[in-house]
Amino acid sequence: MVESADSPLQRLRQNQSLQRLLGLVMGVAFGVFLQLGGVTSYDVIIGQLLLYDFTVVKVMLSAVAVGMVGVYLLIHLGLASLTIKPGSIGTTVLGGIIFGCGFAVLGYCPGTVAGAVGSGALDALFGGVTGILIGAGIFAELYPRLDASVLQRGKIPDMTIPELVGVQPRTVIVPMIILIIAILYGIEYLGL
Amino acid sequence: MDWTPYLAGLGIGILSWFTFLLSARPLGCSTAYARTSGMIERAIRGDSVLEKPYYRKFVPQIDWEWMLVLGIVIGAFITALVQGEFALIWVPSTFEAAFGSSSLLRLAVALVGGVLMGLGARWAGGCTSGHGISGTLQLAIASWIAVVIFFVSGIIVAFLLYGVIVPW
Repeated sequence: MVESADSPLQRLRQNQSLQRLLGLVMGVAFGVFLQLGGVTSYDVIIGQLLLYDFTVVKVMLSAVAVGMVGVYLLIHLGLASLTIKPGSIGTTVLGGIIFGCGFAVLGYCPGTVAGAVGSGALDALFGGVTGILIGAGIFAELYPRLDASVLQRGKIPDMTIPELVGVQPRTVIVPMIILIIAILYGIEYLGL
Repeated sequence: MDWTPYLAGLGIGILSWFTFLLSARPLGCSTAYARTSGMIERAIRGDSVLEKPYYRKFVPQIDWEWMLVLGIVIGAFITALVQGEFALIWVPSTFEAAFGSSSLLRLAVALVGGVLMGLGARWAGGCTSGHGISGTLQLAIASWIAVVIFFVSGIIVAFLLYGVIVPW
């Protein structure tokens, strides 16, 4: 079953104003879950990075496990397609290291900082959001020079793990889910 | 045991099915900041900003993801109100215990952290949502590498900040 170009689903996806409305609705849901899960709090995020509070890992790994099963099922049914981000040593590794520094110093990430603003964190609004906007602006300014130098270094294949290994997605998904459950079980067993 | 983090994760996981199905997009947040940055720069410096190669790639306009980030603020606000946890706070308690109660110090540190975060998220092409949840759930190689580096780097810097600068 593959969606034809003018199916209701395709028309919905191409309707820009409806998509903005959907974005808002989905964002509200995302904000509710982030706040309920406790990950909009600086204390919880720093607790994760200092390895005494594993709330962030619990939320992320359960989201990944649930999301993986459903999204791959949708792909199997022809109702969704993969959106794989390209990467390289120059982008993913260097950018990731800078991101990690920001993660620890700020104590929020781009999604949770928005949730923190909603929960009343003024450091998130005046420090975090302002800083992220400045940082993103700096990247836009540096982009042509970085793109001509480091960003293209050491290309990482634009693929998924099953594509790289050459197996069916389920061959990776099933062990991955078992691994995630085992890790979460271990975290609870240790009382983290 | 506390099931709330898992219920939140379950909710985010199910939400991601709908972003793929209805919007053909993964959950992600950091591009919205790049677009906003472009919008601000355009308001100050004029339309020539739109010629920047990065803003040709990520046009400074309000799109699905921008509205998603706005929605996060609203969703968290409503939930915090209902929980009775909404409070205007400058200095989080963990920060205060280690570095004191100065709002100005926390603001300065958050600003520096934010700049690094904004730079790093665009440099790496995604954040904890885009790579950490959406990329990993698709089993994307670059995203798994990214999220491991985000956390390893974050853990090292957090230990340096809290363990070395402020030894207890």
